[in-house]
Amino acid sequence: MIFALSKFLATLLTEADIACKLLPGQPPTLYITIDQWLLTAKIAREAKLRLAALWATQENDGYCVHAAFARRGQGYALVQSSLDVNAVGFPSITSHYVAAVRMERIMHDMFGLVPTDNPDLRPWLKHEHWPSHTFALRKEFPATTELSRAEGRYPFIEAEGDGVYEIPVGPVHAGIIEPGHFRFLAVGEQILNLEERLGYVHKGIEKGMEGRDVFSAARLAARVSGDATVAHTWAFCQATEQAAGIEIPPRALTIRAVLCERERMANHIGDIGAICNDASWIFMHMQCQRLREELARIHRRIFGHRLLMDCVVPGGIKDDTNIDDVQLLRIQTRNIADEMLELYNTYEDHTPIRERVIDSGNIRATDAVDLGLLGYAGRSAEFDTDARRDAAYAPYDQYPPQVKVCRGGDVAARLWVRFQEIQESASLIDTMLRNLPDGPILTPWKMPQQTSCGFAAIESWRGEIVLWLRLSQDNLIDRCYIRDPSMINWLGLELAARKVPVPDFPLNNKSFNCSYSGHDL
Amino acid sequence: MKIFRKIVHTGLITEPLGYAEQEIEELGVRLSEMVLHRFRGSLAIRMVDAGSCNGCELEIHATNNPYYDLERFGAHFVASPRHADILLVTGPVTRNMEMALKMTYDATPDPKLVVAVGECAACGGEFGCSYASLGKVSNIIPVNIVVHGCPPNPTDIIRGILAAVETNTT
Repeated sequence: MIFALSKFLATLLTEADIACKLLPGQPPTLYITIDQWLLTAKIAREAKLRLAALWATQENDGYCVHAAFARRGQGYALVQSSLDVNAVGFPSITSHYVAAVRMERIMHDMFGLVPTDNPDLRPWLKHEHWPSHTFALRKEFPATTELSRAEGRYPFIEAEGDGVYEIPVGPVHAGIIEPGHFRFLAVGEQILNLEERLGYVHKGIEKGMEGRDVFSAARLAARVSGDATVAHTWAFCQATEQAAGIEIPPRALTIRAVLCERERMANHIGDIGAICNDASWIFMHMQCQRLREELARIHRRIFGHRLLMDCVVPGGIKDDTNIDDVQLLRIQTRNIADEMLELYNTYEDHTPIRERVIDSGNIRATDAVDLGLLGYAGRSAEFDTDARRDAAYAPYDQYPPQVKVCRGGDVAARLWVRFQEIQESASLIDTMLRNLPDGPILTPWKMPQQTSCGFAAIESWRGEIVLWLRLSQDNLIDRCYIRDPSMINWLGLELAARKVPVPDFPLNNKSFNCSYSGHDL
Repeated sequence: MKIFRKIVHTGLITEPLGYAEQEIEELGVRLSEMVLHRFRGSLAIRMVDAGSCNGCELEIHATNNPYYDLERFGAHFVASPRHADILLVTGPVTRNMEMALKMTYDATPDPKLVVAVGECAACGGEFGCSYASLGKVSNIIPVNIVVHGCPPNPTDIIRGILAAVETNTT
């Protein structure tokens, strides 16, 4: 993990006469007073720092707000500030960072903190039937509280004018997909505005983490978003291992990366097929489903689980591989990548699909920067981020990926980036397996000496996952904050959907493929 | 032509349906023989995610892939509960999905069956019961068949769906 940005930010703050001090311990965290919170955000924005995450914690004498910033080439900077004792107000930074809006609404929902000047304080994860004053992440709120049902209404954005009408979609969707609500304002077939309402699969994961030991918590992390299980478990393990001061053997780190790249391939392949299916090109969908199935079967055979769930564990990985398995993995990865290359050429030549995806759901490059769009959604609109390269966590420090970026920001661009990433992942897997280090696959766990914190960033197939946690000295999780890339990327879909005709919405939604479960927790 | 050649070259890869690996439980009251007989050869399935992590959805998608081909058993997924014979439910039921699940169940015309897919739907899974999660599906709506697994593989899911309408589950 690279925290060089901390020093850079500290310099900027000192130059602006903002008192900041580096807190002792891991990870490096800059401490500022709450009255400087907004100005710090302004300075960060002007220095082109990206807002990676924003969250709150409850301490003995009140609340703290935390932010994580990122900048290419310098890694991450963590900033922390305490609210006044017994106070709940803190300055909103939405005027500088749009992506803060939902993260602050969640701090409001879960802790009862009030971001002053946040333009949207409607409850987000707490739906209208929750009793008011339910602050689930406060320590005094028992996780097993049975809540009664209240009456309430969620006011959606409205429009007036001739011919404008509302289309409510969900939470139950027509296909095999997670639940969420989309409120369209449409004129004829054209979408005027899309307003999302999420939270339907909020399971109380962050609360559920508290009090678990690291092994039990890792199982929960694996189920934040089942399709990105390797990346989420890795993020959790990376943060926990940092907090406990444990080094992971190189063989385990390399296998973690191989699993993560296989997960990336499997999801890109499945989604390319699904996007084509949404445009009625079933041929591609069936070919991709076939290849995805082949990947899953090898995962089952070699690693014991079709989706690779619970293969990454705190300390390393659960099961080792032998030479034959490695060879099998290399051959299959190569074959699948070659087939996907062939299918890519077929796709490029196939006019009906190209007509549907080119110029559909465009995101401007400036919007991608403003939102801090992650993963292929950002990279297809020229916003170049990739935690594997930028955080350079092992083993990617040895095997930096070639990051694929392009112009356009439409469905075609998002597809292009994903086709390329499949090839790049295959190449990385091959290199890493050819050079697989010998040695153990697990470091025995040791209890931390004192309460300690950890911060991780992992590039899942959707984009950067960020995770911050506090581990107590009895090896139990005190607080775990998870920021799935969907927290930011869902905002991108709202922009992309404008000027799209309603029938093209599923195509666009699938081209982003944000996680509902990863967002809602 | 490239597409046609690819299709021919890939060929038919559908396999005979394997044995279930995970436990498939039967709960609740069986529908009458005559009704069950009517469902065979044409089963309309509405899938509802009541709170899952999306792992079960991936495996449900896989039941439609060329290897498993659920549709050859006459079962197909439909877009509305009004068209459905069976509800396939995943996830622990979250507080925020309780009403939506109940309304979907009520909207499904009788006779209907419910198949709960995955550990979370079976018993709350890793999430259990909390302020946000109401636990297993049968806490909220009547369930006929439970397919265990985290997630269950496509063969188990298909076996579970068929078990809902078969009299002898082998």
